[in-house]
Amino acid sequence: MTNLMSRNDLLLFAGFTLVVLTMPIWLAPFGAGYPDLLQRFMIFGIFAVGFNILFGLTGYLSFGHAAFFGVGSYAAVWSFKLLTLDAIPAILFAVIISGLFALVIGYLCLRRSGIYFSILTLAFAQMSYNLAYSVLTPITNGETGLQLTLNDPRSLDAVLGQSVAGQPVPNLLGQPLSGYAGFYFCAGFLILAFFLAQRIAGSPFGMMLKAIKSNQTRMQFTGFNTRPYALSAFVISGMYAGLAGALLAVTDPLAGAERMQWTASGEVVLMTILGGVGTLIGPVIGAWLIKYFENILSALNDQILARFWSFLPDGAADTMVAITGKFVGDGWFLTLGLVFVIVVIFLPGGIMEGVRRIAGMFRRRSGSSPATRTQPAE
Amino acid sequence: MTLSTRGPTRRRVLQTGMAGIIGSGIAPMIFTKGAWAQEFCNNPTGDTVTFGLNLPLTGTYAEEGADEQKAYELAIAHLNGEGDGGLLNVLQPSALKGNGILGKKVAFVSSDSQTKSDVARAGATRMIERDGAIMITGGSSSGEAIAVQGLCQEMGVIFMAGLTHSNDTTGKDKRRYGFRHFFNAYQSGIGLAPVLGQEYGSDRVAYHLTADYTWGWTQEESMKNATEALGWQTAAAVRTPLGATDYSQYLTPILNSGADVLILNHYGLDMVNSLTQAVQFGMRDRQANGKDFQIVTPLISELMAKGAGESVKGIFGTSNWHWNLQDAGSQAFTKSFGAAYGSPPSQAAHTAYVQALLYADAVERAGTFYPPEVIKALEGHEFDGMGNGPTIYRAEDHQCIKKVLVVQGNESPTSEFDVLNVVQEIDRDTVTYDPAIFGGDLGPAEPVPMCA
Repeated sequence: MTNLMSRNDLLLFAGFTLVVLTMPIWLAPFGAGYPDLLQRFMIFGIFAVGFNILFGLTGYLSFGHAAFFGVGSYAAVWSFKLLTLDAIPAILFAVIISGLFALVIGYLCLRRSGIYFSILTLAFAQMSYNLAYSVLTPITNGETGLQLTLNDPRSLDAVLGQSVAGQPVPNLLGQPLSGYAGFYFCAGFLILAFFLAQRIAGSPFGMMLKAIKSNQTRMQFTGFNTRPYALSAFVISGMYAGLAGALLAVTDPLAGAERMQWTASGEVVLMTILGGVGTLIGPVIGAWLIKYFENILSALNDQILARFWSFLPDGAADTMVAITGKFVGDGWFLTLGLVFVIVVIFLPGGIMEGVRRIAGMFRRRSGSSPATRTQPAE
Repeated sequence: MTLSTRGPTRRRVLQTGMAGIIGSGIAPMIFTKGAWAQEFCNNPTGDTVTFGLNLPLTGTYAEEGADEQKAYELAIAHLNGEGDGGLLNVLQPSALKGNGILGKKVAFVSSDSQTKSDVARAGATRMIERDGAIMITGGSSSGEAIAVQGLCQEMGVIFMAGLTHSNDTTGKDKRRYGFRHFFNAYQSGIGLAPVLGQEYGSDRVAYHLTADYTWGWTQEESMKNATEALGWQTAAAVRTPLGATDYSQYLTPILNSGADVLILNHYGLDMVNSLTQAVQFGMRDRQANGKDFQIVTPLISELMAKGAGESVKGIFGTSNWHWNLQDAGSQAFTKSFGAAYGSPPSQAAHTAYVQALLYADAVERAGTFYPPEVIKALEGHEFDGMGNGPTIYRAEDHQCIKKVLVVQGNESPTSEFDVLNVVQEIDRDTVTYDPAIFGGDLGPAEPVPMCA
């Protein structure tokens, strides 16, 4: 096994798996231990890991990844509508479609690099969004969103003689995928996605991608054609996004156009930068943090704050409610913005840099041999 | 490695705000709760029962959302026996006792749906899974209502729709667990068309600007059908994205289209913007085909009329309810809402309040929170006194059938709230239609799906 994976990588992977699988337990005290949010943690974790393969390894900053995410969702929902309610064909279908879509867009966009590449991807994503929103409404159902109905054809299910009672919901070989079953299903995919990303980063192919990031011109002068490598990275990360989109459709079978909007593309960039660009764990942590803020902070209201600050004297409590009230509820973006600014100013390498610094401090203080301390992922 | 990834995450969360601390304060024990099967989703076992309010507090319909929230808080206070009792005193027949529902005190949780379907669903899921909501209610967009209604059917939780006017909500996308008190676009069409024919004649050419989602589509269709039946022609129907702010690019082509009536299938902030801009464009001072150019807003509320100010004067539309109606129910509601918040309620607030009461009443009549029994109690239920005259919750499509108001922008408002005049009350027989015309399938109530 040591030949296949270094000890550190193996430890990292095992630790990651453990943390992910025990999430329902250790997140419960934070008010986040409920299936829907846990599923989102997994799904956006996959999205961010995939985005990091492109941005973290090759340095190409795509502002249009939400397009692949949305295409994955639509493909999965159509698979539920036309073929079968089983999740596996839907996921396969979604990954293939988003991969093809990424191939086309990547082929066009990768003719440029730097800011031009970012703008091109943004333009393509915004085009896809507008197509989904108002042009292709027979396929996407526009702003209303694509939903499953009792009258869908579901040809494969019909052939197998399966029928649904009540609202059709996706399943896995007949097992429902709601609640914690859905979480473990997505967790399995996140762990798999993480493992693959780890293997890619450590492979000769990953080395090529890192070389593109450090100096593309030098690569070309040494006789490498960098385009195929960058394109492969783009397609792989597009397929990751498609997988995440499909999983979101599996756990919640509705595909809306807003998940393709540029804000959604920007969100995954934020996740990656917040967590730490180029690290394996960082983007996942960034994704979790942002989704946590979005779902928990936005649900707080003045009454809950008043209860929280009730230990203070009356006037002080009211003041604190008024101040903190601006940062929760619909003001959660403000909190996110502040955290982002603080992280970027003080920890340019994201949260993972903070982890490294703390680990470094411990190492110096204890004076123990470096071998016993694990390296942060990179 | 476990420690080094896990420790900082948690530390980080604690550092970055009171989030973690507050979170722990409100953390429900959903994990342990999910471990044992319940009889049905979120069966209330304690002495409280929780409503989940899914409200657009930001986005295009934010104003309606804020008004709905006030109404829900008022309804919950009245259900718990606080305040002046509001419509509890006038609902006929009523099983409500003013001591909560089945003796349990009513509490609520809320979520900002941002006027987006995806977000609305995520919020509803959170309120069902984490906060144990027995019923989800609210919303000010049909896109949201349809999305959340599907989710509620999946989870086995009753959804009492807030403001939603699309034909699809109780038409092709109807669900057994979803109920709508508000009227719909089809009824707007049959209510409004005769008045339009009378005021503007039968040889008009209409141009539609339509919000590009389920509600806009069905309202455009209903208005087209109703006006074409009058003898009008339709010059064009153009879709505009939800939440657009600049309509000039959509207004210019109207001038050369040969149309002499502009029908704005917009709502909320969209309508305030499009109407104001159309008027600033000089549309209402124009002549086309030898007639005065007219603007029609098929669905309008006093919140929007207030927002549009001068522009709305003399413009025709329909409403579900108006605070100035003179029946006992409307008066009682306007009085308690005004006493609590200092302004008359909007139609969004009214429908939200009524939905909360109707749910509570149905549970009392059913004697249980078990959703299929509550559904049975609501289906085909006849009631009166809620401000819309005699009303029936139709069993075939879960649509309330009641009278529809034709309103007109007030030419000489006496206060900032006195912006709409009720021109005509269309009785409910006129706006009754065959539920089969929109297709759709309610689906079964049982077996009750189990949420996590």
